[in-house]
Amino acid sequence: MIPAEFDYHAPSTLSDAIALLSGLGEDAKILSGGQSLLPLLKLRLGQVGHLVDLSHVPGLEYIKEEEGFLKIGGATRESMLERTPLIASKYPILLDTARVIADPIVRNRATVGGNLAHGDPANDHPATMLALGAAVVSHGPKGERTIPIAQFFTGIFSTALAHDEILTEIRIPIPPARSGGAYVKLERKVGDFATAGVAVYVALGQNGTVEQAGIGLTNVGPMPVKAAEAERYLVGKKPDAAVIAETARLAAKATAPTADRRGAVDYKREMARVLTMRALKSALERAGGK
Amino acid sequence: MATHQIRVTVNGNVLEAEVESRLLLVHLIRENLRLTGTHIGCDTTHCGACTVLLDGEPVKSCTVLAVQADGREVMTVEGLEKDGKLDPVQEGFMQEHGLQCGFCTPGMLMTSYALLKRNANPTEVDIREAISGNLCRCTGYVNIVKSIQYAAAQPR
Repeated sequence: MIPAEFDYHAPSTLSDAIALLSGLGEDAKILSGGQSLLPLLKLRLGQVGHLVDLSHVPGLEYIKEEEGFLKIGGATRESMLERTPLIASKYPILLDTARVIADPIVRNRATVGGNLAHGDPANDHPATMLALGAAVVSHGPKGERTIPIAQFFTGIFSTALAHDEILTEIRIPIPPARSGGAYVKLERKVGDFATAGVAVYVALGQNGTVEQAGIGLTNVGPMPVKAAEAERYLVGKKPDAAVIAETARLAAKATAPTADRRGAVDYKREMARVLTMRALKSALERAGGK
Repeated sequence: MATHQIRVTVNGNVLEAEVESRLLLVHLIRENLRLTGTHIGCDTTHCGACTVLLDGEPVKSCTVLAVQADGREVMTVEGLEKDGKLDPVQEGFMQEHGLQCGFCTPGMLMTSYALLKRNANPTEVDIREAISGNLCRCTGYVNIVKSIQYAAAQPR
């Protein structure tokens, strides 16, 4: 399959990329890893007049801790997350996530920023970033701005980014000592989108109560789901079996799945509940709470 | 029609071509260069039959634009054999019957080659994980894993 005709641009600076996007208007799309966009163009589910490739823009691929944040460059490849020791040791929830995105070959191209900016509720990073309380940094004609992830997803395949704004960085607050996170995905086979996926992050106080909680869910609604009610319920509690079960019930309640080949509505909602329990238990274990 | 002048090193040979923006890397390889060892399977980023190395990393060449390979190095299955001598992964697939119909084999070989470059002593789990983006529709995975283990055991 061959995409419909378009013109390809490879700017070598961020400002050139922004100027191109502004000048070309809505008919131009940003090409990052291309692992979602190119299949979409090949299947003619979408058509664009211009692709603006970010791969020649320097300085968009990095993973570093700085100023209280883990900073991930927008064009950082998923495979880089998998191979960075800091991620494995300190941010295992991100390793959980990267390892279940598509397959290892796709992850050599696919980017973390693209996974978010595509706005696909079936993508895996949105749930994780919602759980971690991340923020997205973008650059556009009016300069730089920071968007909290909870305000980033605005609809199916839609985000808060303007057409000429480029996602340049993801910022995750460096987690405190007694904290942990986990991402659990149910998939039919490697490379499939999630039947359901759940990311949970918790930070514990000295007495073992939950001080901070974040819960994000994948592919169980028209947008990535933030289980705000479940988060509020969990904060301030000692996470015993009854609390874990109730948190999971509330998280499942926040979902709005649709039936497809991956399962019926009730099944997906039940999987969201079960996976929330598993992710929460794993996050607590990593936080040293159990 | 938007075209671009590109310069790509393929299996060590520098190639210059004028390509359309929308030309996929796999078509550049198969049609412009007539290197038909790289196969097109699903054409939807799933099966891995079109796997080639781009600057040493396995990629699905049906999901990369030819113009994106400008200034970079591509290695296809034809680049494995050196001076008439098969690469150990090719030798392994032969010795351990790592192929039945052979359609997935070029992709499997490229992924295996890249795996062994990065990890000379992979466990069975490492191997199965590495080839999890390459589908064998004959389901001959047991022998494919053995073939890669054979290659890993060769003295280097």
